Amino acid sequence: MRTLGRLTLVEMKLFIREPITMFFTFALPLLFLFVMGGVFGKMTNGGAGDFHGLSAMAFYTPAYIALVLTSVGVVGLPGHLTGYRERGVLRRFRASSLSIWRIFAAQGLVSLATAALGGIMILIAGVFVFHVSLPQNPFFVILAFLVSALSFISLGLLLGAVLPTSRAAQGVGLVLFFVMLILGGAGPPPEAMTHLMRVVGDFTPMQHAVTLLQNAWQGLGWNWMEFGIMAGILIVSLTAATLVIRRNS
Amino acid sequence: MINTIQDTSKVIRVENLRKSYKDLVAVDDVSFEVSRGEIFGLLGPNGAGKTTTVECLQGLRRCTSGKISVLGLDPAKNIGELRRRIGSQLQDSELPQRIKVWEALDLFASITPGENGWRKLMKDWDLESKANASFSSLSGGQKQRLFIALALVNHPEVVFLDEMTTGLDPVARHGAWDLIKEIRANGTTVILVTHFMDEAEELCDRLAIVNQGKLLALDSPFGLTSKYATNMKAAFSYEGDDLPSMEDIPQVKKVTRIGGTVEVEGIGSFVSLMAAKLVNHGIVPNDLRTRQPSLEDVFLTLTGHRIEV
Repeated sequence: MRTLGRLTLVEMKLFIREPITMFFTFALPLLFLFVMGGVFGKMTNGGAGDFHGLSAMAFYTPAYIALVLTSVGVVGLPGHLTGYRERGVLRRFRASSLSIWRIFAAQGLVSLATAALGGIMILIAGVFVFHVSLPQNPFFVILAFLVSALSFISLGLLLGAVLPTSRAAQGVGLVLFFVMLILGGAGPPPEAMTHLMRVVGDFTPMQHAVTLLQNAWQGLGWNWMEFGIMAGILIVSLTAATLVIRRNS
Repeated sequence: MINTIQDTSKVIRVENLRKSYKDLVAVDDVSFEVSRGEIFGLLGPNGAGKTTTVECLQGLRRCTSGKISVLGLDPAKNIGELRRRIGSQLQDSELPQRIKVWEALDLFASITPGENGWRKLMKDWDLESKANASFSSLSGGQKQRLFIALALVNHPEVVFLDEMTTGLDPVARHGAWDLIKEIRANGTTVILVTHFMDEAEELCDRLAIVNQGKLLALDSPFGLTSKYATNMKAAFSYEGDDLPSMEDIPQVKKVTRIGGTVEVEGIGSFVSLMAAKLVNHGIVPNDLRTRQPSLEDVFLTLTGHRIEV
């Protein structure tokens, strides 16, 4: 435990020293929130039928919390882990009893902490700058956040275990990130998207995290179907990542 | 050497080690033993199977067949205990770029319960002034010193050093050699993997010459040269055309004259006999020099070609 604690602390410091992941995790989602707030912020309700009938920022605030998770899962984690493998860091750690499991566990903990921090930043900005009302059911929101965060972290660990190089991780990660940003519930209002765009969006994990968070936030109750999808991603990714790591080591 | 005499227990035993991939045999029936306190070398060109061999010993790879015992442990079974008792400096491995020197030492020390001597290690290996420097900002020599310090942080009984001087400038290389001697002086057994002949000759008590996965010879550097590279060379300057015939001396094998230099190759006592003959003929060269056979010659004898890096 002492080693895992020390490793998590070191990984946390390394995360803070990495400007690119810091930007993708904290700055970019916040930046988009402010852009969307500038464009749609004055629309206080979805009278025209946009945003599922929510006010624009009540719609976007949970969506950008989900974008923080997407950023952690598809950009930060895979890039970091593949870089470690490529540069022999995993091998070096392994030779000194720092197993790949410990490294992945430490990465998971760091990702969870940074995702929580990034999510709270979006929440604060949404509530104080754009006057979004606080969640109707804070417990459900926290639960939705945790399940979604763990799903995206597992997805990130899987990508980190499967992708061969950090270049591949960068390519795949950025494509996934931007597809999810645009079509996964944080881009144009859903009503403004074509049918095809919505179908593709529904295939992204982010769309389901967005809906799960939005429903909990708006007091629409616990969306079991979206929860099931997130939990499914979590279980499948974590199992696959475990199998891949075990086979390779 | 005193260590070896006092304690002859074998810390490493390798019997018929074999590692093959689909259609490539990386290590082919290799056997050797290493005594406590030795610097044991694995010498050979790149791709000879040296790294694969030590990676099997470190438990980083599984061998295809054969028996391995390191400190009485089987790397395939007791990997946890083994890793606590060995130290490793790996080829082509790095640390996270932005990790600081002290953080790396602190992290690796945390693996060993109760271990807090890394500050002394940082001082011993001249890294104190770099404690807060990030890994990526270190020079090649500083990185190597950090890797060695990390390999020693758990007070290992055996240390594996894989190509530790590759990429270092000559000054840093000689510095690294002194460090290796220091490790051994503290009673630690050292397994040195290298493709540098001079390095093996300078440091190793015994060494195995490996080529294409096979172990070709195993002995002390002196033992190897006296067995496989018997020809010694002597050279001196002489311009005149009245040089007595050296071929008359039975121990002389070959005489070549290039410009003003006479080069003579032979065995045993040929240098003394040749010098006596020259003096008898009134030729007293003041630059007579001899070159001892080197591991380079041994490798040439064993494989028929020079070591290619």
